[in-house]
Amino acid sequence: MYFDFIGKRRLWFIIAFCIIALGIASLIFRGLNFGIDFTGGTRLMLNLPGGFTTSQVRDVLGNVEATDASGRAVTLENSYIQKVIGAGGEEVVIRTVPLTEDEREKLLAAIAGQWPEFSDEDIRNVENVGPVVGGELVRNALLALLLASVGMIIYISFRFQLKFAVAALAALLFDAFIVIAAFSVFKLELNSPFVASVLTIIGYSINDTIVIFDRVRENLRYNPSLKALPETVNISINQSLLRSINTSLTTLIVVGVLLFAGGDTLKPFTLPLFIGIISGTFSSIFLASPLWYELKIRENKARV
Amino acid sequence: MTQWTKLLTLILIMTTIAAAAALSVPVIVRDINLGIDLRGGVYVLLEAKASEDGGQQTPGDEAQAPEPQGWWQKVTAWFDGLFGGKGGEESGDISADDLAATIAVLRNRVDSFGLTEPIIQREGERRIRIELATDPTKPEQSQRAILETIGKTALLEFKDSSGKTVLTGANLTTAQAVYQNDEFGRQVPMVSLEFDSKGTNIFAELTASHIGQQVPIYLDGEVISAPQVRSAITDGKAVITGIGSIEEAARLANLLRSGALPLEMVQLEVRTVGPTLGTDSLMKSLWAGLIGLGLVMLFMTAFYRLPGLIASFALLGYIVILLDILVALKAVLTLPGIAGIILTVGMAVDANVIIFERLKEELKNGKTPRASILAAFDKALSSILDGNITTLIVAAILYALGTGPIRGFAVTLSLGIICSMFTAIVVTRMMMNNLVDSNTVKRNWLLGVNR
Repeated sequence: MYFDFIGKRRLWFIIAFCIIALGIASLIFRGLNFGIDFTGGTRLMLNLPGGFTTSQVRDVLGNVEATDASGRAVTLENSYIQKVIGAGGEEVVIRTVPLTEDEREKLLAAIAGQWPEFSDEDIRNVENVGPVVGGELVRNALLALLLASVGMIIYISFRFQLKFAVAALAALLFDAFIVIAAFSVFKLELNSPFVASVLTIIGYSINDTIVIFDRVRENLRYNPSLKALPETVNISINQSLLRSINTSLTTLIVVGVLLFAGGDTLKPFTLPLFIGIISGTFSSIFLASPLWYELKIRENKARV
Repeated sequence: MTQWTKLLTLILIMTTIAAAAALSVPVIVRDINLGIDLRGGVYVLLEAKASEDGGQQTPGDEAQAPEPQGWWQKVTAWFDGLFGGKGGEESGDISADDLAATIAVLRNRVDSFGLTEPIIQREGERRIRIELATDPTKPEQSQRAILETIGKTALLEFKDSSGKTVLTGANLTTAQAVYQNDEFGRQVPMVSLEFDSKGTNIFAELTASHIGQQVPIYLDGEVISAPQVRSAITDGKAVITGIGSIEEAARLANLLRSGALPLEMVQLEVRTVGPTLGTDSLMKSLWAGLIGLGLVMLFMTAFYRLPGLIASFALLGYIVILLDILVALKAVLTLPGIAGIILTVGMAVDANVIIFERLKEELKNGKTPRASILAAFDKALSSILDGNITTLIVAAILYALGTGPIRGFAVTLSLGIICSMFTAIVVTRMMMNNLVDSNTVKRNWLLGVNR
């Protein structure tokens, strides 16, 4: 088994660009489903009697009045309503403007008016987040991404070379983008698990990439000639291939079980992780080393 | 010739790990701290509102923002400047004493619910974080009632006819929920109040000057009762009427006894998790973890044979060590935390996979098993270290910037990386050495080599 990763690198880059283009298209046309952790607001998860429809819920909400963030009186008709499969069968997620305690009580009373079986025990969870906290989350997420990138560039430049760091960073930004695009494609709610899953994938992807780079570094020691560079890189990737695949498989097994058994509550965390691990494996095998190779030969061409 | 001591050592290590796992499980189940997202409860983040009158503030104070201290603050301040304005907390005139006093009052209020290990902590300069696990079998621990109790400032005011506050809850000595006859002779729930000597005097003056008039009683700026004064009250006793139930009266009395909050608090974040959701998430993730663990062990053994079996035991040892450390550190296990552990189960075998792939290469190159193991561990070490240190950098940043559940995730992820490196490098190696030294492995196939 021997694959020519370097020779076909243009093909991998084109595939990567196509995936990025699809992701951008999804971001433009489907957008992102920002949850209350980012925008502020109230989110309720309620267990309603079987067979309810979201339009029934919307009708009920249309009769509940509240004050929105800018102080205007509104009804809750335009709230985000989603049917999910939860602990007790069909449940509903309702996301509204930030509600006061009184307004929350009014909403629950209206629900109980429509479905008399509804009781306090059917309230799965209620979350209320002010806009300040949402702003902080965005700030902290961006700051974390920035600091993680800087920290890793410094470490990899120190242990390897700057070019390895740049290639690794490009690969992990690709993975971070894929995770964000996955949230758009699957219309998952962006809440704080989103930040955690993006950063986890960054950690996973960099780990994956480093192991291959380590092989490249080792093989360069045996054969530093520039002429043999494509072969050296190819051999390194091929030598690490089984390891990359097996580690991804074991991680995918556990995350996959969590994805299929964990229900909708865990999905905003497990689905992006699942996709991110696949993307992380792809980017470390097909993008990181070929990118490094590209950077390396360009430097030498410039010198000649 | 078979080296029986080596083989026995290997079997002994495996048995020890299996026994440790079996013995640890009941302890872990009993002692591990579950976050409110797993056991059900209430989470509230409060922020003190800057006082509107600005009384204690000298002019010009607000003109100078405090200089950022330390590199971390400098980085975040620089970052905030980059985005033109800060998303973080407001800075302002909140004194640490007031915040501490507010926490004390909140603690008093919460204590009346008889919750186990309530957490009421200061966070930053002007925030208070409250985490309360509620027990669904105790109806008095209703999440709604708790939220209502936390949410009130509980400023009790008596105002004169000109609308000026003459007396507040600060002069109360006690407040109690009682049944008393109202003016029609019905038994209704009320809150009886008793004033201290200063309060008694003021109340006597107030009632004496308002005979025949209403003296409204305000709670947090809203009239809760407006009794008509028939005669001057000099014994310092009053009642609040018009309360729906004795439970409501008891809650109000408790609020008034604990006193008003010294600061006006805004609820930035409120999250309640019902018991069904918490238990459901816990059970689902536990089962997923167990099934995932079993599948990974099967996969490793099928693919790498004896080394894979050894790695499976090392993995079991890893999980026991990790959970025991979490229990010892009294870390709170949240849903993202469990997800972090499950993720590290997949990643923990990575170090072993790297080593075993190397081992196969060395064996194919014709080296003896013993020499191959030596070389495999030696050559795999640098990539294991580099890969894990970069992931640790990410986890550290996650910890520094995250709050609550994200922090829990960062903690389990970092501990997981460290523990997995230990088990992969030390424990697996010990077992592998004993396996090879026992001279029982005659075919490289058993070490994962095909053909």
